[in-house]
This record gives sequence, C-alpha cells and structure tokens, in this order.
Amino acid sequence: MSMRWESNRSSAAAFTARHKDRGGPGTPLLSVRGLVKHFGRRGGLLSRLGAVVRAVDGVDFDVAKGETLGVVGESGCGKSTTARLIMQTIVPDAGEILFDGEKVGSSALGLEDFRRQAQMVFQDSYSSLNPRLTAEDTIAFGPRVHGLPRRAAITRAHDLLHRVGLEPSRFAGCYPHEISGGQRQRVNIARGLALDPRLLILDEAVSALDKSVEAQVLNLLLDLKDEFGLTFIFISHDLNVVRFMSDRVMVMYLGKVAEVGPAESILAQPRHPYTQALLASMPSMDPDNRTQEAPVSGDPPNPINPPPGCRFHPRCKMAAALCSHAEPLPHDVGTGHQAACHLANPQSGHPHLAAA
Amino acid sequence: MAAIADTLAPSPVKATRGYWTSVAVRLTRDPVAMVALTIILVIVAAAILAPLIAPADPYKGSMIRRLRPIGFPGYPLGSDELGRDMLTRLIYGGRLSLFIGVTPVICAFVIGSSFGIFAGYLGGRINTLLMRVIDVFFAFPSVLLAIALSGALGAGIFNSIVSLTIVFVPQIARVAESVTTQIRTRDFVEAARVSGAGSIAIVRVHVLGNVLGPIFVYATSLISVSMILASGLSFLGLGVKPPDPEWGLMLNTLRTAIYTQPMVAALPGVMIFLTSISFNLFSDGLRSAMEVKQ
Repeated sequence: MSMRWESNRSSAAAFTARHKDRGGPGTPLLSVRGLVKHFGRRGGLLSRLGAVVRAVDGVDFDVAKGETLGVVGESGCGKSTTARLIMQTIVPDAGEILFDGEKVGSSALGLEDFRRQAQMVFQDSYSSLNPRLTAEDTIAFGPRVHGLPRRAAITRAHDLLHRVGLEPSRFAGCYPHEISGGQRQRVNIARGLALDPRLLILDEAVSALDKSVEAQVLNLLLDLKDEFGLTFIFISHDLNVVRFMSDRVMVMYLGKVAEVGPAESILAQPRHPYTQALLASMPSMDPDNRTQEAPVSGDPPNPINPPPGCRFHPRCKMAAALCSHAEPLPHDVGTGHQAACHLANPQSGHPHLAAA
Repeated sequence: MAAIADTLAPSPVKATRGYWTSVAVRLTRDPVAMVALTIILVIVAAAILAPLIAPADPYKGSMIRRLRPIGFPGYPLGSDELGRDMLTRLIYGGRLSLFIGVTPVICAFVIGSSFGIFAGYLGGRINTLLMRVIDVFFAFPSVLLAIALSGALGAGIFNSIVSLTIVFVPQIARVAESVTTQIRTRDFVEAARVSGAGSIAIVRVHVLGNVLGPIFVYATSLISVSMILASGLSFLGLGVKPPDPEWGLMLNTLRTAIYTQPMVAALPGVMIFLTSISFNLFSDGLRSAMEVKQ
C-alpha cells in the first residue's frame, strides 16, 4: 500500500513545538456552554414528525487545566454524544466550546489547530483500529497528516509504544487482530497521545477490558497524565473507576447535568437523588452491607419525549408536585459543587425542605 | 506497508506477515481455488501464445474437410462448418473471448468503485440520490440491458465492451457503496477525523485498504457473467463478427451442426463454461481466504 499522503501544510519543526498555554492557569482548559444536540430534527419524508432525540439538551461545564473530570451516567444519558460534540465529529445544534479561552472553530482557534490539542480514546479497542494498519502506522497517521515526515513519525510512534508499555521491537509491526484487547487499548492511547494533545477524552476507554487489565491501563493513564501534563475527561459508567481517576465528577441524566462537583464531595455527600441512587447501586464489597432493594427502578425515560419539569421526577423517591412542572436549575451546595435539584435550593419551595 | 518496514532498524523478532501475504498463503492451501487458477492461467497463456502453439491457421478452411469429428487425423478436435481446425480456433478464440469478457469488468471496477466509494463516504442525501440513480439500472435484467445497449450502439467489439461496462458499473458501485458505508461508521475513521485528517487522506489510508478487497472479489465473480454475456452478444451477432474466432460466435455458427457433430459443436460452449466456472471458483476461494481475521 502506498503511504505517501503527508501534507505540506506545516513543517516538521512546527509540529514538535507544543501549543503554549495561552489563557494562564486561571482559565479553564475547556469550557462548554449551552451545548445542545437533538437528533432527527430535520427528518426526511419517511421519519416520524416531531421524533426528536434530545441527546444533549443544554450542558454547561468547565474542565480546569491538569484535572480529571469524570463523567458518569446511565447508557443513553448523552455522555458519548457530549464527547463527540466536543471533538466536533458531530456538529452541535447550539452552544459553544471554548478551549483555553478561545472559541473552537473561530479564527483564533481553527478546527485543525484544536484537534492537535484535544484527542479522544474510544471504547471499542478493535473497531477503533484500522485492521489493515500496523500499530506503528496507526500511531504515526496523525503526525504524518500534520506534516511530520514518515521516518520521524515512525520514530515518534516507537517512542509512544514504549511509553504505553509495548516494546516497539515486538509490537510496532503488529496488526490489531494479533494483539490482546488491553494491548490494543494501549495502542489507542498511544495514538491519542501522538499529536501531543493537552486534553484527552477517554470515552469508556477501559469499560471493555477485564478487571486486571483495566487496573493496569488506569495506572498507565495516571502515569501518562503526569508525564505529558494532560487534562482528562474520563467518561465511564463505573463509579469505582471514576472515583479512582477523577478530581471532579459530573453526573449526567437524560442529556442534562444532574450534579457536578469535587469527586470527594459528590461521592461522600451526593445532593441529587439520582446521584444518591447511583451510589447506592454500586455493588458493595462487604457482605453485611448488601443493597436490599433496587435504588432506582425502571429504565430512563425515552429521550424522544423527556418528562417535563425535572427529568428524573418519574423515578425519584423525593419527587413532589413541584418537580413535575418546574425544571430545577443548578444550585451551589458547596465549593464548586452544584446540584440541579429543588431539594438543593432552599428557596425552591419543595415540601421536603419545609419538613426538615 | 513493506515500504515502512525497510526504514526501521532490524528488529530481533520476525516481522509479521502483511495481510495480503497471509491471504495468498491461505489461498494456496485451497485446492479448488488453485485448480481454478491453474485452468485460468493455462487458458490465458494459450491465448497469449496462440501463434506459437496453434497447429494451423485459424482462418484457412477446407471445403472437403468440413465438420470432421474429434480425433480426425490432422484435426485433434475436429473441424468446423468451413473446415477450419477447431483446436486452433479455440486457442485463438480465447484471445477475443477473454478480452471482451475481462475488459468490461476492469473498466466497471474502476468506474463503479470510484462512484460507490464516493457515494458511500459522503453518505447522507448525496448518497441516496446517487444510489437511486444506480437503482434505475437494476430495473432491467442484465442480459436484456446488454442486448439493448449493444443493439442501440451497433455491433462491434468496442461497442459490446462499452455496453457490458455500463451493465456492470451499477452492480459494482452498489457493492462498493455498501462496504464503504460500513467502514465509514467504524471508530477508526472517526479517530482519523479527530486526528485532523482530511477526507482524501482518510479515504486513501483508512477506507481504500478495507474496501478494495471485497470489491475486487465481487468483480472477479463478475468475469464469468461478463464472458457469458459477451459470448451471448457475439452469438446474437452483436459482438465479434465472422470470420474472427470467438467462442460465443463459434457456438452460433456451429449450432447448425448440432445433429451431425454434437461433440465438436459443443466445444466452444465447454470452453466458455470452463473459463467462467474457473473464475467463479477462484473468486470464491479468494473470498474465503480474505474473510479470516478481518
């Protein structure tokens, strides 16, 4: 296969220079404001009228430089869509994304420039690797697209393979089907690091691995984070993993942020009933401390027709009449801790508050 | 890929076999495919070397030695209705038959895959529009479409190649579109886009390598159809014109002798059958050799 496709847009020298911190330490690395994505809005002739999946419906959050933001939620709550919206592989319907203080897609920070600085690791380690490319070619692809000559890109790929714990002399020429799931995910991580990004989005990056391999990869990620000075967005449905990885945690429910705050605060004192239910549903290692009843019953409501008011109210133990018509806004409940629940807001008029 | 391997320092571990090398190895272990490939190679070699190996002149007839049986002295496979040596004409016939059978498939492979990959990679409405246009061609049975196009364009080798190409382009385009659509939605294409790669680099590196194989297998299976259709066009007088030797045309001119010399009259048909079934079996073997470990 011919591999001569590198562009001449930038020189090799320009490639190696890492993007400088522009906004200073006080500016969040990533700011997401009012992000909205509804699927199926402009239906064709055959699609049902009004069938709009509100995958992400007004999401705001910040990721500070050097931190790890854990994103948790059930399947279909919009975690992965949010990741893809940030990476601009899906075009948002509304909202803006600021990277180090500059709007992504503006003249100050073009899409190509942004993609040098933000990368993503996907859940399915097999599907995210091209079966026809060797590990080194897969990793070298990004740098070569950005103008690094082939030889330098391959050298870089070997260096990264070494850093993710795969001996280049053994693994550089391997095809995806020749290596194990954990090794494939290491190749994916190396590919994510190949452009020397500042932000790495890990979309369920360890969910498909078995537990022992998962622990190795998590430790590897923490090491790489220090070594490369990375900022992580760590998406997972596994609260134990999120607890281990994250500085801050964001809980999503049906395309909205339910609760966001420092990891210890959220995990120790969850204020949103949904977060409480999620934490209660974690399997306990202590046999005397078994969960006796299901903390949340039923499936999440259909995002095509989300319930009015608070989206969690049909499944919430604390729901009152208020919850079915008034939508709760995020309310501060501690340092950097916000919960979108009427119970978190003393002025909301929720009946349980008066009783307490 | 091999080009990259030679830029590296020699590695202590044996270099991994490339994908196509392993396909070739599996193919050589498939006896049916290897027999089919041998038959194809013998027929192709005979066609290329026709002037050297043919025992007689394909155009020189003899009015007194017409329709001799197989094994007649001087005529190892008998003679046709004008007294020409059958063996010679079958060898020479392979030239035209293979040419007008294979050329349309090659042309359709190039045009159809470009079209299908373009449509499949773009996706969305452009894809739908292009593929609906392609669907119009599927409204006609391919034999009828080939005859109608040849009839409209006029008889001749070039025109029958053109009409067969038009018949096969939609079929290859549809296969190309469906494989490309599958590949386009895989995570590694999205990962490449996230790397900042443009469409051209993504198609070249990530799409082509994964779609050309399946399209190629499908195209080889079309060669047999193409040869039968090409022979059919010649049989109907829309392709090669007498006295040029071509299997379909020979089948037509010998059909009057089906009661006097049935064995001789069937020989061009046997050649068409042998060639097309060999292409079919080879393409089957190729497909199963490629299916292992995608």
